[in-house]
Amino acid sequence: MTLSSSFDINPELDSWLRFHSDGQITVFTGKVELGQKLITAFSVIAAEELDVDPGRITVKTADTMYSPDEGYTAGSNSMESSGLALRQASAKARQELLRMAADKLGEPLKSLSVTDGEISSTSSGKSVTFWELMGGRRFNIIISDEVLPKTPDQYRLIGNKVPDIGFEGLVTGTTSFVHDLELPGMLHVRVIRPPGYHAQLKELNEVDVRKMAGVIEVVRDGRFLAVVCKREEQAVWAAKRIAMQAVWDESQVINTENIYVQLKKNTRQSLPVIGGAAEYSAVPPFNPPENSDKTISATFQRPYQMHGSIGPSAAMALYDDQGLKVWTHSQGVHPLCLALADVLELEKDRIHVVHMPGAGCYGHNGADDAAMDAALAARSVPGKPVLLKWERVDEHSWEPYGSAMQVELKANLDEKGKVLYWNHETYSDTHLNRPSAHGENSRLLAAWHLQYPKSAPQVKPIPGPHTGIHRNADPIYDFVERRVIKHLVRDLPLRVSTLRSLGAYANVFAIESFIDELAHACCRNALEFRMDHLSDDRARAVLEAAVTKAKTGPDSKEEGHGRGFAVARYKNAKCYAAVVIDLFVDDFGAIQLERAVIAADAGQVIDPEGLRSQLEGGLLQSASWTLKEEVLFDESGIVSQDWESYPIMTFSEIPEVETILIDRPDCPPLGAGEATQGPTAAAISNAVFDAVGLRIRRIPFTPERVRDAATKA
Amino acid sequence: MAKISINVNGQEHQLDVDERTPLIYVLRNDLGLKGTKLGCGLEQCGACKVLVDGKAEFSCNTPVSVFENRTVTTIEGIGTPDKLHPIQQAFVKEKAAQCGYCIPGIIMAIKALLDVNPEPDRETVCEALSDNLCRCGTHPQILKAAMRAAKEMCK
Repeated sequence: MTLSSSFDINPELDSWLRFHSDGQITVFTGKVELGQKLITAFSVIAAEELDVDPGRITVKTADTMYSPDEGYTAGSNSMESSGLALRQASAKARQELLRMAADKLGEPLKSLSVTDGEISSTSSGKSVTFWELMGGRRFNIIISDEVLPKTPDQYRLIGNKVPDIGFEGLVTGTTSFVHDLELPGMLHVRVIRPPGYHAQLKELNEVDVRKMAGVIEVVRDGRFLAVVCKREEQAVWAAKRIAMQAVWDESQVINTENIYVQLKKNTRQSLPVIGGAAEYSAVPPFNPPENSDKTISATFQRPYQMHGSIGPSAAMALYDDQGLKVWTHSQGVHPLCLALADVLELEKDRIHVVHMPGAGCYGHNGADDAAMDAALAARSVPGKPVLLKWERVDEHSWEPYGSAMQVELKANLDEKGKVLYWNHETYSDTHLNRPSAHGENSRLLAAWHLQYPKSAPQVKPIPGPHTGIHRNADPIYDFVERRVIKHLVRDLPLRVSTLRSLGAYANVFAIESFIDELAHACCRNALEFRMDHLSDDRARAVLEAAVTKAKTGPDSKEEGHGRGFAVARYKNAKCYAAVVIDLFVDDFGAIQLERAVIAADAGQVIDPEGLRSQLEGGLLQSASWTLKEEVLFDESGIVSQDWESYPIMTFSEIPEVETILIDRPDCPPLGAGEATQGPTAAAISNAVFDAVGLRIRRIPFTPERVRDAATKA
Repeated sequence: MAKISINVNGQEHQLDVDERTPLIYVLRNDLGLKGTKLGCGLEQCGACKVLVDGKAEFSCNTPVSVFENRTVTTIEGIGTPDKLHPIQQAFVKEKAAQCGYCIPGIIMAIKALLDVNPEPDRETVCEALSDNLCRCGTHPQILKAAMRAAKEMCK
């Protein structure tokens, strides 16, 4: 088995596991828990390999002082990198412990077996425990290539019902989120953002605010404003007062020209995508065959959309003679540490960044920015811990959104309905804007607002397989010839970064809607048409399973009801997911989802319920994006400032969801948290067509859009 | 500052706080009841819901003075990790939490419903949760947990 790439920079066994004398084991990961139940999966993996009860395991997530540096928790990579590393580290530890036990007991290795951390000899009955052997000591060994984890037939935990780790805390409100931290002498902070991206502070009379009850400090550095107070509500009130009193120059406005026009006419950098990977080479000419029977084209659009965490971004910070300590719900504590060091001009060794749970983030939201804000506030009150929370309007107006995108597809088919030429072009801003070390530049919001501001570094199109804009742009079908181009478009109006599944959401929406259109144009059954072009057996299997399962439900042929489906493999390398949607379109164009079926193949299943909730959660979030969500803005700023102006799906709008897991015990486990985003959008679009014969190619599918399409049809 | 007296989880508290302070800050910062979550401060998301005289209400925006002479119950008042309320047990059984931030407010809304309607159908539960938002998409598990809790509590 190849060693996990996580060992490249963290090869010491002790950086992954520690055995305590009280029978507990701490395992370390550089990844973070985001509600995706990574802690559960990792506990099970370690417990499985070590042969101990999962209750003995504590998973310690990212902390710049203690944990291995594994970058960001993103891209559905954790199971394959950190999960594999923990499996191999645990197997290595077990192997070492057995060797130590053989020496101590004077028994041959072969006679030893492990039960919940107790190593006993089957011949003599002598035994010793892991904790007796290790208690507090270290292995001091480097993980080389001699690791032999268990084979699937030896598993007793993996794939079975796994323990309910952490649920008691969540359902009783005793789990501590970063928002819930409390230190002696702690102060509360709120920020006051400019009214729009480009507004400049002209004037602020601080005198009145400083007289308000509880105000300790007003932080003002350029157009970065924050207020530090004794009590939280005092900070809320003082921030409101500052917002009322500040005078802004709002002469520079946001470009509100139609975003899809901007996507096409702005300066751009274009790269060909070959075999899923973007390359720095010349874009090949558009060269469809001349002998095709049919040429079909369509354009698909996705607006800016937000992460929309239910909890506002928050952070705690303490600045003292030790340096800076920050508690954050960032997805990458190590890169954040470097980004903070640049802005604060501090040595990175003087910054300690600790991960704490936050509300679900689904990508790069305001977490890192809040950490920066808290650090700036803490610097104004040395020695005092400060807890900062964004208000709802800060979250909605300033988080980095998922980019608006336009996908243009063209296909040439022969008379039998075989796709001869497939052309895919995606226009988008970047999807990769996370903060890290950027020297003179910075990707942290507050850094742009300081008196001596840093500017955002210019992004380059990122080559490599499925990185951002072109994630899942390469179709999984066996088309004879394909031309796939990514266009990184410059100077677009809104701040953007990573949102769950990145470019895959729009690319799969486009591909899987378009292939439905092609099937229809050829008067073919959409399932058979796909199967004719699909040789990947695992993709065929999930599609078959989902469609078959959906048929077991009521198949309403009544007017306004429809069924659609779609399939994709995330990044063409991770979890396979097929989605079937049954829905109803009413006379006003409102779409009500009735039923959803998912079939997924995420390789070996570690935690079936965790996997199921990731897939279903992804489906429902994507359905919300697809039916309801669009960030609206005008010249002065973001209009979508709260849950009324940016509505998301509610309980009465969700469909019944059924999920089929295809377990592949012999295949590596694959990340699945982003697998259903794309297929869900396309399945909805195809179901709308089935229901009312309208192709809606622009997200979100609001009743107005549906009525619009009906008028034009 | 006038003294405010409120009854939370069966206990009387006398507090020296500005009477305009939204209840949530008193619960979390003065009484240390951090289970009630601050989501929007606008009464739109439901993360902050508590029971007030048995009814689910937002705590993020209403001044603490409004709650004088009324009884407030927070998530801590219905169960603890060692002694879960049947609704909380049902949530654990159904694994009805991803990030978990919205869950305390949702559990309080379900508690208020089941106290007056012990056998609701799915639609009624959805109605009771109409102003509770969940962004992780845990809705199916949450609805299953609510139905399971209703069943267990009727036994």
